[in-house]
Amino acid sequence: MVSIATSITLNGDPFPLDGDTALIALLERLNMRRGRVAVEINREIVPKARYDETMVRAGDRVEIINFVGGG
Amino acid sequence: MQDTPFELGGMKFNSRLIVGTGKYRDFAETRAAVEASGAEIVTVAVRRVNITDRGKENLLDYLDPKRYQILPNTAGCFTADEAVRTCRLAREVGVGELVKLEVIGDTRTLFPDVAATIEAARVLVKEGFKVMPYVTDDPVTCLRLQEIGCVAVMPLAAPIGSGLGIRNPFNLAIIIEQAKVPVIVDAGVGTASDAAEAMEFGCDGVLMNTAIAGAKDPLSMARAMKLAVEAGRLAYRAGRIERKLYATASSPLSGLIG
Repeated sequence: MVSIATSITLNGDPFPLDGDTALIALLERLNMRRGRVAVEINREIVPKARYDETMVRAGDRVEIINFVGGG
Repeated sequence: MQDTPFELGGMKFNSRLIVGTGKYRDFAETRAAVEASGAEIVTVAVRRVNITDRGKENLLDYLDPKRYQILPNTAGCFTADEAVRTCRLAREVGVGELVKLEVIGDTRTLFPDVAATIEAARVLVKEGFKVMPYVTDDPVTCLRLQEIGCVAVMPLAAPIGSGLGIRNPFNLAIIIEQAKVPVIVDAGVGTASDAAEAMEFGCDGVLMNTAIAGAKDPLSMARAMKLAVEAGRLAYRAGRIERKLYATASSPLSGLIG
């Protein structure tokens, strides 16, 4: 199977992807730890327990958030 | 005089000071200020991760969620939907159900949109969140939020970051009298005496960020706030004297030399 270069929208910006990718692989590529982030795909929250089985596909709108300083 | 623990959303705390983590120079200063304040609950904001700077440290590396109760806020949200979405994401990070709900109605005053706050609170309480809403110092709004099932009400003392202190002590007194949940003054504290005043009125706690982070010496101010909240609480429990117009001598009037 040939991987097809494609892209998603990640935190509002286009982001290249080599075909469908497991969410956990995307997080690892971004150097992000499971316990520090939360993820939405197409406005649906992905529970942490499903990071391994969830696939990110072309055109998906992915949001990854974390905590920052705030009042 | 042994104080009772501060109960909030089924949890118990010793400190009645809640501090924000915004506006610090770096995470090390944030951590040092939080430590100096003695706070056990710290607010954080929910934002998109920085994709381009992947080596960046995370706030939770400096504030261990096992040691501190993390209180995610919905700062920057202008609609109930945005606030609810933010809370759902925050919960998924895995630090519990406690959230600071704020739905801003106006960028200049940062006063809350009361109708949207109530709407969001209803949804969040139904979804099992322990909601702590930032609200105007309006007794009726605080009653409604309490009825909905919020675990606390957090009336503002003055606009966020203004440092003006308690602008409406009489409304605050009514809110405290009516409350069946903790009343936490959130926003507007400028210096230690403001925090002490809030506690002397009978507030259950005080939440602040700018007053500490914006001080010339944040660590000293953090300690000042810790002492002020403790002093104000102790004075409230001790029961202050009545105010009188004229003097009452402190020394005996009999036995004077003559």
